[in-house]
Amino acid sequence: MSQGILRYLGSTMGRKYIMAISGLVWTLFVLTHMLGNLLIFASADAYNFYAYKLTSNPLIYVAEAALVVFIGMHAATGIGLRMRNSRTKPNLYAVTPKSAKGASVTSKSMIWSGTITLVFLILHLITFKFGAYYETTVDGILMRDIHKLVVECFSQTGYVVWYGVCLVLVGMHLYHGVASSFQTLGINHPKFNNAIKGFGWAYSIVVALGFLAVPFYVFFVKG
Amino acid sequence: MAGNNNSRTMRINLKVWRQKNQNTEGRLVDYALDNVSPDMSFLEMFDVLNEKLVAQNDEPVAFAHDCREGICGSCAMVIDGEPHGPQTGTTTCQLHMRTFSDGDTIVVEPFRAKAFPVVKDLVTNRTALDRIQAAGGYVSVATGNAPDGNAIPIAKEIADMAMDAAACIQCGACVAACRNGSAMLFVSAKVSQFSLLPQGQAERERRVSRMVWQMDEEDFGSCTNMGSCAAACPKEIKVENIARMNREFGRAMIFGRDRKQTAED
Ligand code: HEM
Ligand code: FES
Repeated sequence: MSQGILRYLGSTMGRKYIMAISGLVWTLFVLTHMLGNLLIFASADAYNFYAYKLTSNPLIYVAEAALVVFIGMHAATGIGLRMRNSRTKPNLYAVTPKSAKGASVTSKSMIWSGTITLVFLILHLITFKFGAYYETTVDGILMRDIHKLVVECFSQTGYVVWYGVCLVLVGMHLYHGVASSFQTLGINHPKFNNAIKGFGWAYSIVVALGFLAVPFYVFFVKG
Repeated sequence: MAGNNNSRTMRINLKVWRQKNQNTEGRLVDYALDNVSPDMSFLEMFDVLNEKLVAQNDEPVAFAHDCREGICGSCAMVIDGEPHGPQTGTTTCQLHMRTFSDGDTIVVEPFRAKAFPVVKDLVTNRTALDRIQAAGGYVSVATGNAPDGNAIPIAKEIADMAMDAAACIQCGACVAACRNGSAMLFVSAKVSQFSLLPQGQAERERRVSRMVWQMDEEDFGSCTNMGSCAAACPKEIKVENIARMNREFGRAMIFGRDRKQTAED
């Protein structure tokens, strides 16, 4: 049985199912992460307490492991498919069409928006998850003061610019990716196609703006 | 001559891909044509160019053509970066010079994809598509006489979708337009035309699986849902078909009764 399934999953179409499912897992994750970040608008304590609750739950290790596996599969499969596609289309044309026979900027740049996202992701974990450990007490509980580190980082112009550029790229990745994954999973109906596209666009814009709100708030309002 | 006839002709500058054979390098060569009538088809303009080249003792430009009425899918050319040129839903043979303006420079290249090697000039070998079709794009039952028109009830909407998918003329413009060199639009049209109809049910899973194996074997790229294929298709085949193939292939993967056998053969 498994042998049959592997042949399906290893085909160009099967690898796209892997892209779509792993992409959607991360798509959901970035939304929840973005919403959690917005707690900074409530208060420093709320922000720290949320982070504390999240990291003190033992299930976090399962969730983190799953996310690592999914991004690994997504990146490896995406790079593999991109390399295959450079081989199957070695030359483009002397003229690049401006009509729909061309392709949108976001769809053409998935490999670059994705790769930079991966670099960003790793540096992001180093900066925050494994970064400076300050402590604070909320409601009598001693916990990490991640809020202090966030404010420190987002008070630096250079860091805000880098973070901003990366988040625009994440948004561009989702701008094409969300609607695309519906199509990959076979979810397409003339009645709903515009709604699916609209959903993907709205989703990407909301996620990107939500993430960007934090550095702008810290830099311009708090700083 | 300041006659009224002359005012209706155009001057067209061409940059045409010339390549001796599969093993040599090709390049764009400049040609200029005066007196191009706006009523000529794009291929007729090439006929005029070739007559001129032959008269000069030069090698004429090789290009594929057959029906010249938009039904055979032979006339594969990329015109200014667009397979079959700038007009939607139109094959090169049905494209007219009035679409262009006097003095235009037009770049003409062969369809490009690893799976479509250039035979000569603008002629490419697109038999890879035939082999995909042969791998599963059929119904293997004795057909006998044509059945009674309404003997098998099929909803109008379904019949229309199957008919739209069957409009594919296998020209390969989808592959040519795709930045990945993917044949998904072609294969999905062929899969859809059968999977939508009762006659196609028996071999449904095996068909999609084998056609996809063959598609990968022939070195076509994978789909990234950019949609250039459907925009370039002279028969306006829709990407809905690709979604249907995604469902069919997933269905074969998860529920296929002869999945293991199909995977192994
Ligand atoms: C926040 C992390 C990420 C999210 C939420 C995400 C999401 C997505 C989604 C939803 C798709 C569409 C899948 C489909 O068309 O079926 C996609 C496609 C893609 N992703 Fe990502 N992605 C992320 C990170 C990455 C990384 C790190 C890479 C590469 C190093 C990458 C490379 C790609 C590529 C190349 C595609 C296009 C693949 C194709 O269409 O065949 N992505 N992504
Ligand atoms: S020559 Fe037959 S479709 Fe153009």
